[in-house]
Amino acid sequence: MSEADMTTGTGVPSFAPVPTSATEAQVISRPSLSYWQDAWRRLKANRRALISLWIVVGLLLFTVFGPFVWRVDPDDQDLDQISKPLGPASVATVATAFEPWAGVYNTLGPLPDTSVAADRLLAPAELVAVGEATTQAVRLSWQPNRTAPGASGWRVYRNLYHPAPDHALGLPVGEILNPAETGFEDRLDLEPRRYFYSVLALDAWGAESSDYITLSVDVKRVITADEAVAKGLADDALELAPGDSVELAFHPLGTDYLGRDMLARLMHGARVSLFIGIVASFVYVAFGILYGAAAGFAGGRVDQLLMRFADFVVALPFLLFMILFRILFGVESGDSGIAPMLVAMVLLSWPATARLVRGQILQIREEGYVGAARLLGARSAWLVMRHMIPNTMGVILVTLTFAVPSAIFTEAFLSFIGMGVAPPTPSWGSMCNEGLKTMLTTPHELIAPALFISITVLAFNLLGDGLRDALDARMRSTE
Amino acid sequence: MGRYILRRLVQGVITVWFIATATFFAMHNVPGDPLQSDKAVSAEIRANLEARYGLDKPLMEQYFIYLANMAQGDFGISFTQQNREVNDIIAEHFRISAALGILAIAFAALGGILWGALTALYRNRLPDIVIMLLVILGISVPGFVFAGLGQLGVVNLNAALGFTLFPVGGWGTVSHMIVPALVLGLGTMAFLTRLMRSSMLEIANADFLRTARAKGLPANRIFRKHQLRNAILPVVTVLGPSIAAITTGGFVVELVFAIPGLGRYFVQAVQQSDYTVIMGTTVFYGAFLVFMVIVVDIIYGFVDPRVRLE
Repeated sequence: MSEADMTTGTGVPSFAPVPTSATEAQVISRPSLSYWQDAWRRLKANRRALISLWIVVGLLLFTVFGPFVWRVDPDDQDLDQISKPLGPASVATVATAFEPWAGVYNTLGPLPDTSVAADRLLAPAELVAVGEATTQAVRLSWQPNRTAPGASGWRVYRNLYHPAPDHALGLPVGEILNPAETGFEDRLDLEPRRYFYSVLALDAWGAESSDYITLSVDVKRVITADEAVAKGLADDALELAPGDSVELAFHPLGTDYLGRDMLARLMHGARVSLFIGIVASFVYVAFGILYGAAAGFAGGRVDQLLMRFADFVVALPFLLFMILFRILFGVESGDSGIAPMLVAMVLLSWPATARLVRGQILQIREEGYVGAARLLGARSAWLVMRHMIPNTMGVILVTLTFAVPSAIFTEAFLSFIGMGVAPPTPSWGSMCNEGLKTMLTTPHELIAPALFISITVLAFNLLGDGLRDALDARMRSTE
Repeated sequence: MGRYILRRLVQGVITVWFIATATFFAMHNVPGDPLQSDKAVSAEIRANLEARYGLDKPLMEQYFIYLANMAQGDFGISFTQQNREVNDIIAEHFRISAALGILAIAFAALGGILWGALTALYRNRLPDIVIMLLVILGISVPGFVFAGLGQLGVVNLNAALGFTLFPVGGWGTVSHMIVPALVLGLGTMAFLTRLMRSSMLEIANADFLRTARAKGLPANRIFRKHQLRNAILPVVTVLGPSIAAITTGGFVVELVFAIPGLGRYFVQAVQQSDYTVIMGTTVFYGAFLVFMVIVVDIIYGFVDPRVRLE
């Protein structure tokens, strides 16, 4: 082939050997990635893990800075709004001060007949509310039954539910032993909600008629101008006219059974729960690293002895010993109970990490770079701290992310059975415990802290999965 | 084989001794003691009481007496319940906890294997996604929340039906057990589902499956005989620790559903610092767990011939 065949019209050769120089071939065109850079790159590609990371960051911000934004004391009781469900602020209507009620007297009514027994009596008729039913008072009036006269008195019941299915009339709020008095004023602990009042007739011996009449009453929240000023809801009583509405203290997530603000308690509870979750797991993972590294590096007899002891600690029934240690270390009264729980958790949880790190160290001990360092005269402590432990960091980090949710779980469990933090210190677990008691009527008291625990544990678990995938090729899950 | 079992048993006994020792010394350092009561007790009576329960002896002597009694299977008498033997208490209440635990394990294992196999079968399709979402939920929600929600569900179910299908609490009939056992097994079920799924997927590309397919076995048979059977192995391994998790998780379920099991008893004994009951229960639970792990390991050797017990 001649030279002319390989040139185009412009005279430039279309095929020519690429000039090779020894240095150019060795140039790396992209910057090299360190282990951690590579892991971070892989973690970023994992959307689930990244979202979890943001949730964890958000939770930490919520915990650390939340109380500075939402400056409500978690121990403050708002007795006007006990067990308020979550939602917008409650509104109260301004009313005039309470005025006594004369009652209702039915002078024309039939006289009491002592010969009429309760089983022949019927419930009164025309049960109505007099005036507006407010949180100040609910006033009822009724008429004696004309077809079955002779009642010697009345009894009034109040229930939160309709009594129909089981004839559950509820709480007896009043008894009137004068048949001519056919009105009743209820002022007992009224809350702005629907009540079912039932009235029935009594015979001369106080026995109840089986027949009753029920009225449902919607109670309106009212407040007097003076009360509003006293509670700091208004500046001047004179500015408020009856019929105006006043916004009560705002509890966005509602209040608990003692009227404490749920949002504030969740924030302060998060401090306890996350503190224990993070600090306990850090401390015991750190201890496990040192223990495992010592065992793995020493090898032989020492290793056997140390790991046998770790096996014993693993065999201890975890929760039983948590409870024992919790009592053993929790001496002072008035203590929040956080410190003993931390100590107990650290004492019982380290062996898993120790085992893992020991296994890693045993492998790394045989690596070339360790031999090289030893050859250069590195001392044992330096070898372990500088070369071995940093190379187990990936595994350790994964362990740590899984240790945090399990520590949070343990704290919640202990607080739930009443062996964790002492009241009034809130923690998510103890809030769940309190919420469980009122679960049937006000489920938000259980659901809010339970949701926080679940989201936190979920985020840490998913983050752990992501980290495992990113950091450790061997432990990579098949999901 | 025999030597292996013997060695494991000896190790187990040493572990139980360790647990007993740790419990004994932890217990005797706890502030307060079981003889404290509301009533003022004169020094003389107190001395008599201490003599009756052997608390007047030096600590080490008490420890050896305790060990000797325990070796004969005698955990002593309760401090708070007059003249009641700890052995009786354990025998009576553990039966209930065990029944609950066995049912929960059965739910968890069956559910875990079933759901795990389903997810692997429908990989990345709707059933897989839905089940794995539920699994993540099951792992992240604490057991006591399940217990509370389970009870709430029972209340609503009974109200909707108009009669009591499942009692809200208590113990006695089979219908008392079902909801608590389900609630108790839920966390473990989620965990086992995840394990089963990854184990199924790991096996999916195994050579013996390709061989089975190549020789023309029906897909159904390959799935049942080859894939499922081999995938169950890891599930068997974690059953031991799972039993431990379920027995301790039983505490909460027993508290919430008012079941007179040993867990509830233990919490009560701790509050009253009833030494003998606490020590007896802890050692008993410890021994039970150690034994269960050994049993599972031995069973594993039978299930998987590749594992040699040495």
